[in-house]
Amino acid sequence: MAETHSLQDMRQQAAVAAKVFIQRDYTKGTVCQFQTKFPSELETRIDKQQFEETVQTLNNLYAEAEKLGSQSYIEGCLACLTAYTIFLCMETHYEKVLKKIAKYIQEQNDKIYAPRGLLLTDPIERGLRVIEVTIFEDRS
Amino acid sequence: MTSCEYQQIDPQALPTPTPAPPPHHGNDRDKREEPKRPRRKWQVFPGKNRFYCDGRIMVARQSGVLPLTLGLIVITSGLFFIFDCPFLVKHLTSCIPVIGGGLFVFVVITLLQTSLTDPGILPRATPDEAADIEKQIDNTGNASYRPPPRTKEVLINQQVVKLKYCFSCKMFRPPRTSHCSLCDNCVERFDHHCPWVGNCVGKRNYRFFYTFIVSLSFLTAFIFGCVTTHLALRAQGGKGLVFALQESPGSAVELVICFFSVWSILGLSGFHTYLVASNLTTNEDIKGSWSGKSGEGVTNPYSHKNIFINCCSVLCGPMPPSLIDRRGFLPTDESVQTAGAGIELPPLAAKSEINVEVKCLDFAVSCTG
Repeated sequence: MAETHSLQDMRQQAAVAAKVFIQRDYTKGTVCQFQTKFPSELETRIDKQQFEETVQTLNNLYAEAEKLGSQSYIEGCLACLTAYTIFLCMETHYEKVLKKIAKYIQEQNDKIYAPRGLLLTDPIERGLRVIEVTIFEDRS
Repeated sequence: MTSCEYQQIDPQALPTPTPAPPPHHGNDRDKREEPKRPRRKWQVFPGKNRFYCDGRIMVARQSGVLPLTLGLIVITSGLFFIFDCPFLVKHLTSCIPVIGGGLFVFVVITLLQTSLTDPGILPRATPDEAADIEKQIDNTGNASYRPPPRTKEVLINQQVVKLKYCFSCKMFRPPRTSHCSLCDNCVERFDHHCPWVGNCVGKRNYRFFYTFIVSLSFLTAFIFGCVTTHLALRAQGGKGLVFALQESPGSAVELVICFFSVWSILGLSGFHTYLVASNLTTNEDIKGSWSGKSGEGVTNPYSHKNIFINCCSVLCGPMPPSLIDRRGFLPTDESVQTAGAGIELPPLAAKSEINVEVKCLDFAVSCTG
């Protein structure tokens, strides 16, 4: 029954009990990575392993977006030669991965988090600073 | 509120990841006095920036001497094409205006991109986030409010780095981020605020800035060389330099401008080449963060220890997206709260935006009336 509720309905109808913020992990530098430490507020709602897997997958996706590889170098050099005007017409590799991330978060919310009264907010909406997990009041 | 239609909302269909205004306006119309179109985020942006073309273009509030920079480049190049090119094409080669034209176009495009691009502004923390951070720090449970401590230490590649708390943006600044007081924004990988370009130079526009100063040094040196050759050719046969200058007065102006600017621009290009090769920012270099002044074993934790890789990562790395989502729509509950009794335009609104708003109101009134 919970699966048929839309996420927006849940946001409007259910009361927000708390919000947990997963902060950035800077041990590897300025690349976008989030801490995988399991917050204590979520202990009653979700499996620790499940949550850590979600965060780890997100970390891997962000690492893929910022990877310094041959593709990014080719894109960078081509952009330089055209005085960076190709950025106006072409979607960058980073943007493509961000779309993948948005889709993954949507999928995770639908399958795993919404049935447990949780909602993950895409970090891009918070300036890639935090993963905001909204905990809704448990009405069951 | 109690509608029985449950639909999965597909975020891929929405223009932005933020929730779109609800499709049914039936209940909302009773609450609001006039029908309002959802506002875009740039209209309520807290920093000191100006936005044009409905949020597509942004500049710092103080444009500095950008008109002067643009004017100098256009005037010098214009004089070059008018006064020097005809003579040099006749006496030397027709490649000269082609090369000059190419360099000029490159310089202007990269200058505009440096000025009009988001340098890597970090959006301010939401109230919930700010409260959460303060709660984490203030764990004594003391009732009296005291400001959160200013620093937090993290270990980056075995190097201790202090993260400072930004009181304006209400968050701990990520490494290499600095708050620009002129623009009132935290900018990632903050290099410096350049008055010539009228914008901060940060993570997203550093490559444009670097390309701009390098191509400008080529252009200045090229024009300087061509003007000198032109005057030398004219002064041949015992006619003298004064005669040559009288024949081509524009060249005198170019000579003066180029002579005084070529040294500073070449110097700046050289300095930034050094910064790129060691993956440093101007800010870090000036403060001496990694020069070892504060103790032994202090090295730059962000450097890849290889000049080639440093250059590639700074100049050819992946282009990060803009984090401030200027053209995204505000969630309707927020815009209703901030609007107050009527439609209040924020002080940042440009005149063009006011006209559009007025036209939209007229249109809306004509629809309902």
